[in-house]
Amino acid sequence: MSGTIVKKAVGVETIGMTMRFGAFTALDDVSIKVPAGSFHALLGENGAGKSTLVKCMMGFYRPTAGDMLVDAREVAIASPKDASALGLGMVYQHFTLVPSLTGAENLVISREKVPGVIDWRKERAALAQFMQRMPFKLPLDVKVAELAAGEKQKLEIVKQLYLGRSFLVLDEPTSVLTPGEAQEVLGLVRDMTRTGDLTVLMISHKFHEVTAFADDITVLRKGRLTGTGKVSELSHKQMAAMMIGDQPIAALDSRAPVPAGARQVLTVKSLKAPDRTGLKSIDIGELDVKSGEIVGIAGISGNGQKEFLEVLAGQRARNAGDVLVKGSPYGASRSEARTLNVRFIPEEPLRNACAPRMTVAENMAFRTFDLNEAGKPVNWIRMSAIRDYAARLVEQFKVKTASLASPISSLSGGNVQRAVLARELTGEVDLLIVSNPCFGLDFSAVAEIRARIMKARNAGAAVLLMSEDLDELLELSDRIFVMSDGALVYETPIAQASVQTIGEHMAGHH
Amino acid sequence: MDATEIGLWGVPLAILGGAIRVSTPFIFVSLGEAITERSGRINLGLEGTLVFGAMTAYAVAVVTGSPWLGVLAAAGAGLCFGLFHGWICKFRGVNDIAIGIALMLFGSGLAFFFGKPFIQPSAPDLPAIAFGGWSNIPQVQAALNVNVLFLIGAALALFLWWAFRNTRAGLIVRVVGDSSDAARAMGLNPNTVRLLATGVGGALAGIGGAYLSLYYPGSWTERISSGQGLMAVALVIFARWNPLGCFAAALLFGGAGALGPALQSVGVTQGYYLFYAAPYILTLIIMIATSSPSRSLAGAPGELSITK
Repeated sequence: MSGTIVKKAVGVETIGMTMRFGAFTALDDVSIKVPAGSFHALLGENGAGKSTLVKCMMGFYRPTAGDMLVDAREVAIASPKDASALGLGMVYQHFTLVPSLTGAENLVISREKVPGVIDWRKERAALAQFMQRMPFKLPLDVKVAELAAGEKQKLEIVKQLYLGRSFLVLDEPTSVLTPGEAQEVLGLVRDMTRTGDLTVLMISHKFHEVTAFADDITVLRKGRLTGTGKVSELSHKQMAAMMIGDQPIAALDSRAPVPAGARQVLTVKSLKAPDRTGLKSIDIGELDVKSGEIVGIAGISGNGQKEFLEVLAGQRARNAGDVLVKGSPYGASRSEARTLNVRFIPEEPLRNACAPRMTVAENMAFRTFDLNEAGKPVNWIRMSAIRDYAARLVEQFKVKTASLASPISSLSGGNVQRAVLARELTGEVDLLIVSNPCFGLDFSAVAEIRARIMKARNAGAAVLLMSEDLDELLELSDRIFVMSDGALVYETPIAQASVQTIGEHMAGHH
Repeated sequence: MDATEIGLWGVPLAILGGAIRVSTPFIFVSLGEAITERSGRINLGLEGTLVFGAMTAYAVAVVTGSPWLGVLAAAGAGLCFGLFHGWICKFRGVNDIAIGIALMLFGSGLAFFFGKPFIQPSAPDLPAIAFGGWSNIPQVQAALNVNVLFLIGAALALFLWWAFRNTRAGLIVRVVGDSSDAARAMGLNPNTVRLLATGVGGALAGIGGAYLSLYYPGSWTERISSGQGLMAVALVIFARWNPLGCFAAALLFGGAGALGPALQSVGVTQGYYLFYAAPYILTLIIMIATSSPSRSLAGAPGELSITK
């Protein structure tokens, strides 16, 4: 059985890897060297060519030019099968486990050779023996759907090791984990590289992880290798410079102090609503957000933040409780949102805040298309007014689009988010509800979007910010709540906030 | 002896007998559909496959004189229909539900076309085993006269339940049905697996049709199915894609279908027509009772288009 033998770590090298898609060069003459038993980090912005490089290495793409060396011998990798035969494996950002199968079923069925009839008694014994040599402890008889994100990520890694892989590519492995889980998983993986059982190439955005766990880094920008070196000899600033080059980064406005008598804008009282499984419910005891402050809500995804947001946005019915905006009940109707100046930036804006096939101009006019200059409803819509309005916002918010008439789905993620921000932040904003605004965006877009949110706050908007990125919350919030298991379990003003304590509450250890 | 002599006991007995007799096509169609849906596709065309299977089985049995050859031919015809559905659905932008409805109409129409000359001649019946020999009450004997296909169906349900957990093929079908991405990452081709699963599902539905024309009601007419193929598809959903659940639900439906005739036989003369609607009312009640506006169906294969 292939699964029971863990091969010793292998070293991998690419020489002059180049990948062209038509006239576009995604990867330009990139050579990296990952010695056996090392923990190597691959850094770069979105679209820098990291995943192209990795896909060339794993046989998903056929590079236009360039060679691969495994253990200093030249190899031809034409398909993922060839890669796995050489012991190269990849752990994806999204999970590739089958949710309705148990851990054991997932492991066994992913094997190259599976007997026609599976003798579970024998397999269980073999799995138990295999798991004894793993640093991870996992329940294998539970459906994967019922595992926590951290456990799933561990199971993904275990699966690769079970399949006998000894060189692993980890694609942003901690994006779904709590800080504690991330520490644990990466720590265990690093221990395996230290003992020479494994070589790791990790794609990451997070400098602190890279510094804590990696031995060496390689940085890509626009398909080119822009830097490489030992982690111990590089500062975060140097790494950032290699990643983004000399493009300007929007600076965050300094935080204006919250005025003492700031009025309460959003009040949520004993709100109860069913969650998406219908088995549990979310229960928000009391939450208020004042004018001119950002209240952040931290939590691992799946702890009720999404449901809470859906209630506030009117997408989910509530069983009990009150939502008040500036003292009047708020049911998220269009007229209420208009009179109370409530604006909303949901996560994945293309899916949740846009009509993807409608044009950029139409999408940007969703809030105002049926009003005239005086703010009164109109019966006939003037396309020219919509276009003028959109043209103004596109310039003001620097949305990069081929034309106002292109469908909004043709824009890049950062520009969709800019367009949505332009729509939501124009006019008077008293309450702004934001969820994961920077997910999947690159450095400069992230900085700009955070600066816009801070600007809205300083202009007097009350901001409720839900984010899975703790760094983002720490950077922007005035107060932070932690949501766990459908309830707000912890509150701290930013001055006293500690990652450690927040992480513990996120994991539900209190 | 006649029905009045065992009195009202005749009703549960008739329901039991009806459950065994009427449920067989439901069992086969729903097991077939369970396999197809577990692989992530829905085939609504099984109604058409059922009717075409009934016609094929009857015609082959008339010509060859062997009912078993008829069953085999029906399975073969069903396999072709299933493979056709699976093949069309692999193309981009094709909707499995729409194709299913088209195949449902196509299958029925084709069966009527080829079946015209076979409405008159009579075909040999499938054999049944008399489990009621210990009793001298004719109602008991009639109720326990069990067709071989029913027993095969029961065994098949048990086998599929086991196979979904304990065989490579079973696990592969579940993997493909739950996550195409995971399947591709394992080097499986979801389209091939679904093609085969839809083919097997069609073959089983064909056998269900053979039972209709070769045993109960036992002749070929154009109204032979009256929507049983469609009901079996609904049945899979509230059996939660579990083969044993399909079997139990099929029995329940068979029993409910026998309620009307049973009441009629003990002399209830008023309103028994209403009881003919029992299976349909039961479908509605169970569907409403087991679903919820705020929660998605537990146990649904992740790739199924109706539950996505």
